[in-house]
Amino acid sequence: MTTSSTAVDRAAGSAASGQRSTRSRRSSSTSTIDSKRQWWGWIFTAPFTVVFVLFLIVPLAYAFWMSLHNKGLATGGESVFVGVDNYVRAFTDPVFLEGLLRVAKFVAVMVPIQIGLALLCALVLDTLATRLSKASRLLIFVPYAVPAVIGALMWGFLYSPRFGPAQDIFGLFGLTAPDFLSSSMIFTSLVNIVTWQWVGYYMIIIYAALRTIDPSVYEAARIDGAGGAQIALRIKVPMVSSSMVMVVIFSLIGTLQFFTEPTVLRSVAQGAIPPDYTPNMYAYSLAFSYSQFNYASTIAFALGIFVFIGSYIFLYLTRKQSGLK
Amino acid sequence: MRISQRRGAAAVAASLTLGAVLAACSSGGSGETDAGTTDGGATAGGGEASCTNTIPKPDATEVSVWAWYPAFEPVVDLFNETHDDVQICWTNAGQGADEYNKFSTAIEAGSGAPDVIMLESEILPTYTILDSLADLSEFGAGELESEFTTGSWSDVSSGEAVHAVPVDGGPMGMLYRADIFDEYGVEPPTTWDEFAQAAQDLRDAGYEGYITNYPTNGNALNYALFAQNGWEPFEYDPANPTEIGIDVANPEAEEVLSYWNELIEADLVATDDAFTSDYNTSLVDGTYAVYLAAAWGPGYLQGLSDADSDAEWKAAPLPQWDPANPVQVNWGGSTFAVTQQAQDKEAAYTVASELFRSMESWEIGIDEAALFPQWNEALESDFFVEKEYPFFGGQQINQDVFLEAANGYEGFSFSPFQVYAYDQQTQALYDMVESGGDAASTLQTIQDALVSYAQQQGFTVN
Repeated sequence: MTTSSTAVDRAAGSAASGQRSTRSRRSSSTSTIDSKRQWWGWIFTAPFTVVFVLFLIVPLAYAFWMSLHNKGLATGGESVFVGVDNYVRAFTDPVFLEGLLRVAKFVAVMVPIQIGLALLCALVLDTLATRLSKASRLLIFVPYAVPAVIGALMWGFLYSPRFGPAQDIFGLFGLTAPDFLSSSMIFTSLVNIVTWQWVGYYMIIIYAALRTIDPSVYEAARIDGAGGAQIALRIKVPMVSSSMVMVVIFSLIGTLQFFTEPTVLRSVAQGAIPPDYTPNMYAYSLAFSYSQFNYASTIAFALGIFVFIGSYIFLYLTRKQSGLK
Repeated sequence: MRISQRRGAAAVAASLTLGAVLAACSSGGSGETDAGTTDGGATAGGGEASCTNTIPKPDATEVSVWAWYPAFEPVVDLFNETHDDVQICWTNAGQGADEYNKFSTAIEAGSGAPDVIMLESEILPTYTILDSLADLSEFGAGELESEFTTGSWSDVSSGEAVHAVPVDGGPMGMLYRADIFDEYGVEPPTTWDEFAQAAQDLRDAGYEGYITNYPTNGNALNYALFAQNGWEPFEYDPANPTEIGIDVANPEAEEVLSYWNELIEADLVATDDAFTSDYNTSLVDGTYAVYLAAAWGPGYLQGLSDADSDAEWKAAPLPQWDPANPVQVNWGGSTFAVTQQAQDKEAAYTVASELFRSMESWEIGIDEAALFPQWNEALESDFFVEKEYPFFGGQQINQDVFLEAANGYEGFSFSPFQVYAYDQQTQALYDMVESGGDAASTLQTIQDALVSYAQQQGFTVN
């Protein structure tokens, strides 16, 4: 009884161990393939990884480390660990908060205008198939090909009360042109520059998405009695919504990071555009004009946090349209 | 479902990294500083340097120099030809703020600064407090004191310490359009009271321009105009770096600012930003009848295009508050400092002290770069004193105006955070002009901003 039971036990045991050994053998063989695959994967991504770590992760980590330290002008060159003190200061710094509010206003005004115009242009160009439409597609896109700095410089001249054409144009109607570089107009002037520059780029993205739609869909719609406007609003727009979400994200992040245009325009309107006009400009002048590298890093990170929150909220709200859900 | 969620997370992560990266671009991370290092570090090492000039004696000690003087290359060549043990490797790292930004970054990085750097005297305290300039007194710079004007020496030294060697200065005068004053029958003013009257008279006589421009961003110019009335905003001694006295809002400054504010409100004085193309054109096309200028101003005027061909320029002393006690002021002026990062400070000092200390180099500096020497030998030379300027119809402007102004200048104490102070001033003055504020509250705004900034930076404010 005992023997048989032991035999059975043993048999069962050996069977189990056999099973175990096959399973372990199988799993070990798959892991070799896996690790080999991983190995190759690493090799293929190595060039990118090195650059990514060296020029992104390391500087970011360094900037974060800097943002946790402080160095007062009068207290000598020693940097002291201050923990989150700099962040507390940043989020109670009226200059930083004012800058954030300002870029938030830019987002509220600039993003809808840009996207609206880009969508409108794309829809119109998508409907037309003439030579004129090809030419206008190019013309709308051309400002994006102009470097941002050059574009802003050029607008600086156009806005100039003395050299700009505004005075002549307004004069034709017996009006006096507003001073585009005064503090009351500068917001509008900047919105205009950025819109001019970016609408073409967003338009191309939306246009490309529109071209991928199967024309038979329109045919079906037409048979069902849909007019041009209905096709545009009820079919085209929903079908390119994921591209629209992407374009809005680009525009949102770009606007929160607003820097180039106001910085360039500042050379002709120093009073209307203070050095801390946007959070990014504030970080720049803190670091390079005022030698406050630590606090500048903090501002940069604090801005990064806001950009992240803003983008995340937007992506969450539009998860259906973007196809991310 | 799971995949799409993961993709969602990836998109969010991507947006985060993108955001953080773009934000970090301007944070002075290592990327920026690295770029600075390759720029100046190579020259400091004396290896395969990329100098603007060619070095005739490659075996000698090489000293890297950052400077933006016009017509500087012949001066560098002259130095290299006349020196066997030291050679200059010169780079133009940008003018003013552009160069300072690079220098500040190099200081923070601990490498990348040149051996010798051109700095305006107003910015010296900003760098002495960072301990980034070598004290030149250990190389015998103290002995040079008698060779330079009193005011310029006071700007570069504190007690025994010498932070830089003076080069040029900006004693102020009044450049005016004699043809415009003649045409409307107005006498050029000699006091500020007469100046205000002349502004009104020109307007009444039908002149369509402005007597002059009061630029809200005219940082050092506005300082000089305040200083002429006895304004001493900062009490700061580099030997005692944690204490600073700030007295921006005082009756002297208020008198000056109210004066200009009244002229601005009466629309007799323009308020264009300085150094913009609009301003440059207005300077020479007859929109402004007077250019309140430093001694380098004539050179600046001559470089501008679109000039009125009938223009007849003359130079006169700056108008005074109290003609019985004339006060001379200075706008700008530059120096050569030796940085703490210099490998061979002694060689660097040789360069800093000898570049502009010979008549040969000053002949280039005066004739081609329109510099105003602070080195007495050049300043008192007949070559300079009696030089006739064709732009001013042959007037000897140095003898007539600027020499007296230079000799009357006694120095000025700037703050160790001068860029910030200027930015605050520009903002406050602009707001005053835009919204019709009054002088007293404008000055108080600047005062408050500077005091809280100084305290925040760890200074004891007196």
